Amino acid sequence: MTSADTLRAFKRDGRIVVVGASLAGLRAAEALRAEGFTGSLTMIGDELGEPYDRPPLSKQVLTGWVPAGNTTLPRRRVIDAEWLLGVPASGLDLATNHVRLADGREVPFDRLLIATGVRARPWFVESEAALNRVFVVRTREHAESLRRALAAGPSRVLIVGAGFTGSEIASACRARELPVTVAELGAAPLAGALGAVIGEVAADLQRTHGVDLRCGVKVTRLEGDAQGRFRRAHFDDGGTIDAEVAVVALGSIRNTEWLRESGLAAGVWGIACDSGCHALDINGRANDDVFAAGDVARCPHPLYEYRLISLEHWANAVEQAEVAAHNMVSPQADHWPHLSTPLFWSIQFGVNIKSVGVPTFADEVVVTQGSLDDHRFVAAYGYRGRVTAAVSFDNAKWLRHYRRLIETAAPFPPRCPTPDQPTDVHPAPVGLPGPSLLAQGATAVVTGRTR
Amino acid sequence: MTTTETPGTLRRIFDYSARADPYPLYAELRETPVALQEDGSYVISTYREITDILHDPHLSSDVRSLSRPMPALEDGVTTAFIKRDPPEHDRLRRMAMRHFGPPHSPGLVAGMESDLTAAVGSLIDDFAGKERIDVVDDFACPFPVTVTCHLLGVPREEEPRFHVWVNDIMNSVDYDPETDPREKLDKGVQARKDLRRNLGGLVEQRHGRPGDDLLARLANDDGPDGRMTDEEIVATAKLLLIAGHETVVNLIANGMLTLLRHPQVLERLRHEPDLVAPLVEELLRYEPSVHIIPWRAAYSDITVADTVIPKGSQIMLMLASGSRDPKRFHDPDRFDPDRRDNQHLGFGSGIHSCFGGALARRETQIALTELVRRLVRPRLVADPPPYRPSPVLRGPMHLDVEQGDG
Repeated sequence: MTSADTLRAFKRDGRIVVVGASLAGLRAAEALRAEGFTGSLTMIGDELGEPYDRPPLSKQVLTGWVPAGNTTLPRRRVIDAEWLLGVPASGLDLATNHVRLADGREVPFDRLLIATGVRARPWFVESEAALNRVFVVRTREHAESLRRALAAGPSRVLIVGAGFTGSEIASACRARELPVTVAELGAAPLAGALGAVIGEVAADLQRTHGVDLRCGVKVTRLEGDAQGRFRRAHFDDGGTIDAEVAVVALGSIRNTEWLRESGLAAGVWGIACDSGCHALDINGRANDDVFAAGDVARCPHPLYEYRLISLEHWANAVEQAEVAAHNMVSPQADHWPHLSTPLFWSIQFGVNIKSVGVPTFADEVVVTQGSLDDHRFVAAYGYRGRVTAAVSFDNAKWLRHYRRLIETAAPFPPRCPTPDQPTDVHPAPVGLPGPSLLAQGATAVVTGRTR
Repeated sequence: MTTTETPGTLRRIFDYSARADPYPLYAELRETPVALQEDGSYVISTYREITDILHDPHLSSDVRSLSRPMPALEDGVTTAFIKRDPPEHDRLRRMAMRHFGPPHSPGLVAGMESDLTAAVGSLIDDFAGKERIDVVDDFACPFPVTVTCHLLGVPREEEPRFHVWVNDIMNSVDYDPETDPREKLDKGVQARKDLRRNLGGLVEQRHGRPGDDLLARLANDDGPDGRMTDEEIVATAKLLLIAGHETVVNLIANGMLTLLRHPQVLERLRHEPDLVAPLVEELLRYEPSVHIIPWRAAYSDITVADTVIPKGSQIMLMLASGSRDPKRFHDPDRFDPDRRDNQHLGFGSGIHSCFGGALARRETQIALTELVRRLVRPRLVADPPPYRPSPVLRGPMHLDVEQGDG
């Protein structure tokens, strides 16, 4: 049989297993069917229920505008899959091509897509994390129980961690006019993702909206009352704060533990892949039959010195899913690379924040349009004299231009004046914290070249 | 560096003889995506380059950014946001949008639905029995001004005067000093003055009297950006009346013409009312009403498609050509209401994207749905129909249609 025959037979009645039944998994399954794959398709997911959309969970669901149950992802086509839901995968055997489930079942595959994503990093003391009224937000159930707690009108909400998720939750609390304290270990909110300069704007935004923001502090203990309900937090400076709800927003952990014995290059940063979403093994060889997409994948990007980059971005999950699906059912010569420029958005305190590129891949930042004081601007990020990213606050329509600057490695700082150029256009050091902090709030992490 | 396009292509596009079908000339123009003209201005005609430059923060809409400024029609008059740059443009547009669309006024267009349907219905009632109608004069023309007047809160009894003013202004836009009587221009200048004075009066009456209409909302705004000055409110209202008029008239007329040329699509629309949404999007790509953005200015040097357009240059953007660019749209000269990925340039792109786009869509959707539903076996009398002079806002002057069994 020629390889074309083999591929045709595989497309007709091969077995594809997708581990991870969220955005990337669903979109990949739809793309596989759209590509003409008619074989068997198995979706494995640790959560029960249909795939749903996560961005609203820290925003509209918490304000009560969108019920948690209304976040089910729209279906773009019938995927005719077998769904194995509610049981996580616990192992992968690449010698026999089987996925092992936590309940002992074994699922055989010809080709595998890993889209297990991330989970919320829990509070580091298990007994404190187990207190009543201590929350994380990653799943629909998390969001719904936090919403209920917020609707009860707590005297104060404490949010630990001011990355995007923590800041969005703080914003939702303020929309409900709840007293909020945000405790952030770094110098400013969002600083881990966007650097110190823009972090200052985010801090100002929070304070303007009535958040009790405390930066440079570490929460050391969550204290419960006699009924096991959270009631007080202790800081490393000896201070305390009384609150009735605590939200732990300390970033995420990649769901790769189940791959520990698999021989794949999987670890805390995710699964190393090539740009075609083929998973690499521990020797750095691409596996033809195993693919990864979404938050759990780390892929090299030519715009960023081919370093492996993990992106917890919605659009990235969709694009990687489509690339992976295509490559799973296409001949080598027709494989697609995943090269699109990263894109990310957030809404908090009424401001639309959007970025292109990788802001953490930068040494300098300059405000090119608008004004930091007005919380309405575009800032360009540069690395060794070229533009590598841009972030806008309520100014997203210009980002297409900055994407072009990034893709053409345009010189940094951008030179030509614009009508809304601020008076001070001197680049400043980007002020990103070290890698240990980076892991907490950033949604785009440059994870180096090797494992 | 820049190459100069086939000499005279633009001139031939502007010549009236090209009005019925400028598209082959657009294809010629697209061979040079960024074309330097003899007068030093630039013409951009391809999809990618048009969208790139419309998102380029160095592109200015302020006439003062041109190294050779154009004569102003009205001196000392406050300009609307369409001819301003950020941050002033953003502030004014934001203040107007607060009362016009999401996120602050998400229900506005939906709330106008019954009003729109009623206005369309009553216009069709007037010619229901007639064998021959002019879709432009009998239907499309009176519709948008009526809608905008309702939106602004112009009293019913004053509406006829608004129709006259808007018509006089639109006529004067095409003024050609070589062929047109001077009176045409004077009438337009006078109409602008009258319209401004009248709108000013309406704004004045509304101070301290909050109400639901747009003028009352703008006059009593207490939003985060504060309140527009009266001059700014008048400029905004005038913009909505004028920009929302001929564009919608043309879109409806172009739409009916396109349907009559594609009887199978017309028939489908009769039975599949949901088709109207993608159909109007395709119309905005295939036969839009705004063909050209006549000028923008390079605020500083702009690089597009490896060409550096020097600061102060005048730049013309051929939107309708971009929407027919085969590098962006498959089979671009085919009218295909089932087309996917239809990110046309019918409403422009970037920060100056059509302010009234959502309303224009709904107006056109309702107008075409009702025309198709109620006209009996409509037939085109002349193809092509006679066109208006303008190559910029392109559409039929008249669209005679026969209906019934005659």
